[in-house]
Amino acid sequence: MTVASTFVDAFRFMGDNRSLLLHTAAGLSELAFAALGIALVVALPLALWLGHKHRGLFLALGVSTLGRALPSIALIGLFIAWLGVGFWNVAVVLVVLAVPPILANGYFAVEGVDRDVVEAARGMGLTEAQILLRVELPLGLPLILAGVRIAAIFVIATATIAAVAGLGGGLGDIIVNQASYGEAGVLAGALWVAAIALLTGLVVGLAQRAASRRMAPRA
Amino acid sequence: MTGIRLAGGGPVIPNFGHGNACLVDNHWFCTSWARNHWGDILQPALVQHIELTLVAVGIGFGISFVLALCGFRYRLVDAPLASCTDFLYMIPSIAAFELLVPVTGLTVTTIEIPLVAYTLFILYRNIVVGLNGVSTEVLESARGMGLTRLQIFLRVELPLAAPAILAGLRIATVSTISIATVGAFLIHDGLGAPIFDALDQPDIFRTELLAAGGLTILLALTADALLALVQRAVTPWSRLR
Repeated sequence: MTVASTFVDAFRFMGDNRSLLLHTAAGLSELAFAALGIALVVALPLALWLGHKHRGLFLALGVSTLGRALPSIALIGLFIAWLGVGFWNVAVVLVVLAVPPILANGYFAVEGVDRDVVEAARGMGLTEAQILLRVELPLGLPLILAGVRIAAIFVIATATIAAVAGLGGGLGDIIVNQASYGEAGVLAGALWVAAIALLTGLVVGLAQRAASRRMAPRA
Repeated sequence: MTGIRLAGGGPVIPNFGHGNACLVDNHWFCTSWARNHWGDILQPALVQHIELTLVAVGIGFGISFVLALCGFRYRLVDAPLASCTDFLYMIPSIAAFELLVPVTGLTVTTIEIPLVAYTLFILYRNIVVGLNGVSTEVLESARGMGLTRLQIFLRVELPLAAPAILAGLRIATVSTISIATVGAFLIHDGLGAPIFDALDQPDIFRTELLAAGGLTILLALTADALLALVQRAVTPWSRLR
């Protein structure tokens, strides 16, 4: 069988199993975006505050290196061995993986804002909270969103792998189960996962571009 | 365990039934197991993992360097090249591995291609940023001293870009070490192999999972520390401040 016909079969599988793919794609997205949302709520305020105070450089650097070093599949296995298989048990792992890029980028985004700009804002009588929300946050937004994008891609990729450790309900089910779905099914699932990740990356990337264009100095 | 693995070595069945209470009860970490299987499981996997990483980062660095030179010299191609590396980085690893199976089969190449592709995103950007970061005053004075274009590149731009390039190399190496474990889902190779073997056990074999996962983290942090030392060594001026 040639490579081309293998992929043709994958697209035929997509046509025949649209409801299965939609259903599992929804399962995957639900898990990934729940985790991403929690990670944002946990990490972003902390990152902004630390960046604003210019404190915690080593925390930001250490967390981002450690976050990259963690093997996602081992981490999932660890949590499942500890807590058992479950939506929220895997969501916790995804949160752990999503926090480092959000935290590090959020920190460096706010920390890196021109100090003269912050001084000027302070001189105009803005409170610290106003400086953070109206000056540092908009100026750092492109970099913050870059972190969110990396976290989103991480989380989608890892949510797929969770199926290996036994979590059902997502697209990963199809990808890890060649015995039931065949090579065409596995390929179709992989293409869908890639499409979801690319779409998410594209949307956040466009927001990132809009944010940096808005903040670019105009002549 | 719902999935059925495509390929893989024989499952490593712990020494159940021989009265080792730690293994029978599947405790979190049985030192005796780690000691007994260092030679036949853990060490070979570690060596394979180092090879996987060196090949991926080495090839990735070579490709990124050539691409970055193009992006640096010809500004027009910089944005398209950056977008391409960005696009590749967004493809989830397990999907990328599966999509390559029909093309390259169940070989280590199937694992290496996505690993190489992921390093491009970080390395390309860091090399271009490093090279572009050299100030025009420095370049002017180099030109004033009569250096040729090649001499300026090798003696001025490249050394000044080294910190950014090495920072990229650190990130790329650490990420590659971690992502390479996922490849063992298809090809029984590297530290991912014992991790998946542990997950394949009915109740998740905790000792093997922790040993292999821990080794992966240790390897990543060691590589990061070594590259940090190189970074210090090639930028002697940064210590003067």
